[in-house]
Formats: sequence, structure tokens, C-alpha cells
Amino acid sequence: MNAPFEISRRSFLSASLLAGAVLSFQARLALAGDGATGGEDETVLNAFVRINPDNSVIIGAKNPEIGQGVKTMLPMLIAEELDVDWDQVHIEQTLADDKLYGRQSAGGSRSTPVNWLPMRQTGAAARQMLVTAAAAQWGVAPASVTTAKGMVHHEPSGRSATYASLAEAASAIEPPALDTVPLKPDDSFRIIGTSRRGVDTPAILQGKPLFGIDTELPGMVYAAIEACPVFLGTIGSFDDAAVKAIKGVIAVVPINSGILPKGKFDTLAIVADSWWTAQQARSQLKVEWDLGDLKQFSTEAYAAQADAALEGAPQGDILKKGDVEAGLAGAVKTVSARYDYPFLAHCTLEPQNCTGLFEDGALTLWAPSQSPGSGRRQVSDILDLPQDAITIHMTRIGGGFGRRLMADYMVQVAQIARAVPGKPVKMIYARADDVRHDYYRPAGWHALTAGLDKDGRLVALRDHFVSFGADGQPIRAAEMEETEFPAQLLPDVHFGVSYLATNLPTGWLRAPTSNAMAFVFQSFLDELAEAAGVDLPTFVLGLLGEDRLLPAVGRAPQFNTGRARAVIEEVCKFAGWDGKRPTGASGKGRGFGFYFSHAGYFAEVLDVAVSEAGDIVVEKVHVVGDIGSHVINPINAESQVQGSVLDGLAQSMIGQKIDQSEGAIVQENFDSFPLLRIETAPREVVVKFVTSPYPPTGLGEPALPPVIPALTNAIYAATGKRVRSLPISLDNAVA
Amino acid sequence: MPRLTVNDRPVEFDMDPQTPLLWALRDAANLTGTKYGCGEGDCGACTVLVDGSALRSCLITLAECEGRFVVTIEGLSSDRSHPVQQAMVAEQAIQCGFCTPGIVINGAALLARNSNPSEAEIRQAIPNLCRCGVYPRLVRAIQRAAAVARREETISAAPAPGITREDAARAVPAMTPEPDPAPEPVPTGQ
Repeated sequence: MNAPFEISRRSFLSASLLAGAVLSFQARLALAGDGATGGEDETVLNAFVRINPDNSVIIGAKNPEIGQGVKTMLPMLIAEELDVDWDQVHIEQTLADDKLYGRQSAGGSRSTPVNWLPMRQTGAAARQMLVTAAAAQWGVAPASVTTAKGMVHHEPSGRSATYASLAEAASAIEPPALDTVPLKPDDSFRIIGTSRRGVDTPAILQGKPLFGIDTELPGMVYAAIEACPVFLGTIGSFDDAAVKAIKGVIAVVPINSGILPKGKFDTLAIVADSWWTAQQARSQLKVEWDLGDLKQFSTEAYAAQADAALEGAPQGDILKKGDVEAGLAGAVKTVSARYDYPFLAHCTLEPQNCTGLFEDGALTLWAPSQSPGSGRRQVSDILDLPQDAITIHMTRIGGGFGRRLMADYMVQVAQIARAVPGKPVKMIYARADDVRHDYYRPAGWHALTAGLDKDGRLVALRDHFVSFGADGQPIRAAEMEETEFPAQLLPDVHFGVSYLATNLPTGWLRAPTSNAMAFVFQSFLDELAEAAGVDLPTFVLGLLGEDRLLPAVGRAPQFNTGRARAVIEEVCKFAGWDGKRPTGASGKGRGFGFYFSHAGYFAEVLDVAVSEAGDIVVEKVHVVGDIGSHVINPINAESQVQGSVLDGLAQSMIGQKIDQSEGAIVQENFDSFPLLRIETAPREVVVKFVTSPYPPTGLGEPALPPVIPALTNAIYAATGKRVRSLPISLDNAVA
Repeated sequence: MPRLTVNDRPVEFDMDPQTPLLWALRDAANLTGTKYGCGEGDCGACTVLVDGSALRSCLITLAECEGRFVVTIEGLSSDRSHPVQQAMVAEQAIQCGFCTPGIVINGAALLARNSNPSEAEIRQAIPNLCRCGVYPRLVRAIQRAAAVARREETISAAPAPGITREDAARAVPAMTPEPDPAPEPVPTGQ
């Protein structure tokens, strides 16, 4: 099984009887070797279940819900093994508290693999205690007792009891060690593998206040921010007299946006009795920013620096294996190409926001955060406040995509709240603030050369990768792994790297690094397949060879070539891929892309039509994925895959890019940083899963990367033009 | 002070009449179902019905709403029974849910004037931005909603909110101390 997430023998369940005859189970799970908990066996309460006197069941949801469905999915695992009916279950969002719940984070598609066993074991252990209690009461063997839908049955005697009626007796049973509890066999699953709609769906459709931005508290005040337009710039001087004269304005507070050293300030927060008043007051604010030499940073400068870097030798090596120069010299055919992609913003539809209340030396936050634990640490640091003086309520989140793994909005509202103690304050970024103060997906450039032998086999591969970093290290999300496909399958490989300087903060955007690397490498492989005279699936299958495991290296996990082969073969069948190379610029084309990331294997076939005017219409996308043995919630799994596919298309075909001029971000709103609209979305995204005997893994990310090269390769099939630069512009494509 | 009707209630806003309706609804009326997404009338998350027309509430001022009849997502139905609400549940055309209220309002306005919209008409009438990408499911959801509105289909999606314990117990035997062993639970579609 999935060793890193197996729970240790120190994991156990405790049961207690609460007031009102409520049976409460608390699972303490020691997650052995989970890096996120510090690499040590930390014992944390990772789940709770309560059985009420009316036999309804409350299950705690502990992870941030960003629309990925985790608030429904994790409780499904507990409910399955507890053997209750899903309609009996009520979900309660827990507080953010990593001492109690361990890692509460929505990132890296990790919630599923981390929780798959522990959540089931929690439910199974609780069920076992109820069975033991019933068997003791009835004087029968526990093995003769069955359960279903929250009831215990003894068929030979015809006796039945609800779980609730056994509360007192069960609370006195010695809890079993979690890793000894038998789990249900797959064929008796009644919840896992069945489609369950989101637990918040009814409330969403009534407009109930679920999201961070909906937080309303008595006596609340509102904050808008005027942040230095150039990252790392600071407030030189400011004049807020005109602002303070505006009716409704309460305070102007200099704060640190979270990217500067402590004690420096780069943002002015205006606090008022309505957000609109605060936002309007910004125009009356006079600020002199201290920008130093930060205006040097611009999109044009980066492009020139990248070109210069690519002309020279790399600053360092990511992978040097075999002798790539000899490999290329001995090749019958070589192919070279340069690829690049821009900075990208996240643009969650709910703008960044956070609500805070500072009172009696303690801070309460209502935070739409994908990683509240790291937010707590940063807030504690900037306010010099002990971590246990900070309470964090987790709200529903109007889109994450990695943006809310960062905690700038928590750090900011904490400082504002401290300046207006006793008043709850809700800070909201205007959309332009949200676009211009993001943690961006870093841009990158690649100069690739590959060699094919006389049989058209890829034998040598060289890449010079240019992105951003300092002191020979990449900045956040600018990493490239030495296992980048197909490096592990080739004898002679050189991945060199050079880093440019930037003042932009960077961050993880859904399928971080993969969203860029899949485009580059799967598009380039399509060029190589063409040079070899075969189609891309055939070329990739040839590279994969025999089914085997390629070793994990550094942060890169094992790669199972058999699982890769299976999804590729299946998508070709599913889409009716005929294996032929395109025969000319017919305006219609199909493209293929495969990628392994975030523990999921995905292969996709995309059909495109390109009009003479250059309009790109994606007609249909076929997706086949392997995320292990089970698809826990199929309707949600399909949604996640469809959403990932649309997200990949948005990243590539509608002009998304972040430009920088004189140090500042150029784009401001959806007119300059477009989101995908319904008329541009593919009419059909059909999804199929193949199962494999491995623990299930997450779906937030791995379906995204392959769709971008599937699109560029389809455009080549339709038009004969190679897209080597994102966002896609057919004017820049190479015929 | 601007006076208008919001979800069937007369309201007088003690605010600058130039305040956009969106912020009056959210900050003063506590109606936070109407969302702020872009502030420029582009994303559609703030769409409300004003005298029956779907309008972007970030672009209209309180002054312009004087005497008008505003319906927000909270007031579209008392029990989530509007056909568009039902169909959005049934088709699970929701991911994060932030764009959903604006989409539902636009869908409701469309069905009010066209009970049998074509796919193209739906795409045109609902230009709302959905960052999560529910579009492949959205057209089907609105078409189903139209069928419900025309009384050609009924949806038993989720139990209505506020279902009584007694009603729930009829569907879920385990919720009663002494369940009726005979009937199988009725699938709720959940």
C-alpha cells in the first residue's frame, strides 16, 4: 500500500458519552513519516464522529473546502465503514487547529491519499465498538452481529438496535487499535464509489453566507487596501487627511503585506463603515512609494535576459546523465525548438479577503484559506502573538487553485484588526488588487534539442531551462525535476538551468510546474514523433517499453510505466484514435497529451477546429485517468476532471498572461486577464477512469497538464502550425 | 434615502445613494448571496432581478433602484424550489459555488421569458464567469430546469431544507428507535 501514509500502531480511537446521551468518537492518528507534520510521529486527533440520540451522525470535516468536494468526500469514507446511511449524516466544519487535526491543507491533490486509510479505520473502529456493545448486551458472539444503516442486527434472534441506543454501552468498550480493525471488502461498499452531491450544495443555492467574503458580524467594519503597485516597494510617505475627512472612514493603517521583512510597510488599509466607502476613499489617498531600483523588472527585460541566457551555457545542472553531446552527435536526426510560457495569476472568483477580530490580546480570524496552519504561524510572527491566542474559523472558499495556500490576506487583516481592537473587520481585495497582488505562476523558457537514431528512437535529450531564482535556487514553483518525462527512459540527458532575478512573489497554481512542463515536453515530443514518422501515442508507448517501476528521485515519486501505458491505450480506444499523422491543414485536428503528476496518470485526446480567421474551437476532449483502486465520489470526480481540463484550456488559449511594466503588474481585471467563458468552453469533456491496485489519489490537479499539449498538438494537426509559446497565438505559431 | 423593495420587503437604505446596489445588499441588508467578483459588470456573480430583468448589481446605484423591485438569490424562492435551483442540484453544476447565485438568477430570468431555450440561447443568456469550469454541465442543468418549469419533468433532487425528523425517518428507517422493517428506503437521489 501507500507506505508514507500508513498510520502507526500508536493510532487509536477513544469514545466518550457526552451530555444528552451523545456518543462521541475521537480518532487519534499518528501519521508516520508525513513530511507535513514535521516528519515525526505526531499524535493528532484527525477525525471526530458523534452519534446523536436520534441516531443521526455528525462527522467533522477538517480540510478546507475550495470546491474540490473534500468536505463531502472525507466524511464518506468514515460513513462507509461506520455503516450508516448517508442521509443520517450531517457534516460539521471543524476549526483550523493543527494540534488537533494535523495537516489541514488543500494542496498537491494530497487529501485523498493521506486520508484514505485513516478515515476508513476511524469509521470501522467505531462500528466495531458498537457491535461489541450489542453482542455483549444480547449475549451473542460479535461475529453473529451485522450492521446496516446505523443499526445493529442479530438475525438468528431477530434483535435490532440503533447505534444511538448503544451509546452508553459502546462508550465503555475498550477501543481497538486502529490498524487492527478489519475494513469492509470492496464489494460491500454502499457509499464509496457512489455519487454524492456536495454537502453545501443546498445552502449555496439559497445564497446562504458560507464563503469568507460573506462573513458578517455585529458592529463590523470594512477595509480596502492600497498596496504598493511594485512588489517589494515600501511606503515612503503618505497623507491621509483627505481620506479621514470622508464620512464613514474610521482609520488608515499602514501594514506589511507579508512579503517584506517585519517592521516594513508597503500597504495602507482604509477602514470604513462599508467596503464601498473604504474603496472609494482610496482615490483621496496620497502616497509616495519608495521603489528603489525595482522599476527595472519588466516582461520585456525578462525576455531579453532569457534569450541571452539561452545563448550561453546554463548556470547549473538539474540532470546530467550519460553523454548528451555524444548522443546527439551520433543521432541520425536531431530536432531543436524553443518553448516559453508566461507568468499567470490565479484569479479565484472570490477575491482574496479575510475577517479578523482583535480583542483582549487574542485574535479570531474567519479565513478562506487553503492552509490555515501556515497562516497562523505567519500571523503569530507578525503580531508577536502566541499561536494559541489565534482562533481560525474555516469558511467555504470561492476557488483556491493554490492562491489561498498563501496567507497574505490573513497577515494583513490581523494587523488591521489590531489597529481597531474590539471591532470585527472584513478586508476585501478589489479585483484589480487581486490580479495585481498575487503569487504568480512563474514564467519559463526552454531550449530543447533531441536526437533520434536510425529507427526513429529518441536517444538523447538536452534542455536549457530558464526561469526565476536566486543563488542557484529556483523561487517557489519554478522548480524542474530531474525525472521530467522522458528523462528516466533515455541514456543521454542534460537538463541545464539558469535563473533570472525578479521582484514578483511566485506561488503554486493548480498543477504547479506540471502545468508548464507538460506543455513543453509533450508538445516537443509530438515534434519528435513527427520526425520519427509515428503518432505521439505510439512514440510515447515506445519510450515506455516494458511495464516496470522507475525509481523515485528527490521529491519526484515512483513512475509506473504500466499505469502510463494503460491510460494511453485506453484513451486511444475511447477516442477512436486512428494512429495516423495529420495529412494537411484541413482546419480540423486531433491532438494527444499524456502526463503523470500529483500521483495521477492522465492521457487526453482533444478535437479542435481552427477557422480561417484563426478562431480556435475545442469540440471535444476525451480523458482517461488512473488514480488508483477507487473513484470515491464519481460525480465529483468527473467535475474535477472537467474543471481541470477547462482550466488548462484557460491557461493556454484565451490570452491569459501576466505582464510587468516598470516593476508593476499590467493586468487588472477580467478584460485583460480573461477567464474561460461558456462560449469558449468545449461542448463535451468525456471522462473515463481505469482502476489499478493502488490506494486512491487526488483529483484536483493531474487531469490539467496533458490538455495543454493535447490542444497545441491538435492545432498543429489542424493548421500545420507549431505552438511553442503560451498563451496560444496563431500569429506567433510556426508553420 | 433610497427606498426600494428587496425580496418583497420595503427597505430604506441609510447610505450614499451612489452606492452600488451590490454593496448595499451585502454590507447593509446582510444579503451576501449576491457576490462581488469584478465590480465591472463582467463576471455576473452579482446578478439580481430588478423589476424582473437580470442586472449586474455592481453597476447600478441605489439611487437608480428607487422604487424598484429587487429579487436576490435569497428571495428567488423560500425553499430552494425554483426549477433552476432544483436542476442545479440535480446536475451538480456547482464546484466552489461562488458564481452559482448569479448563474441561477440569469437562468431564472431566461426561463421567465423563454420556457424552452435552445442551447445557443442558454449560452447567450448566461455569460457568467465560472472559474471552476462547470460549463459542460450548465447547459443541461438549464434545459432540465426549463423542462421542470414547463411541468414536463419533476426533480426529486435533495430533500427540501427544513425536512422534519418524522419525514426523514420515513426515508431512513434507522432514524427511528423501532424502524418499520418492511419498505426499502426511497432513493433520494443524494
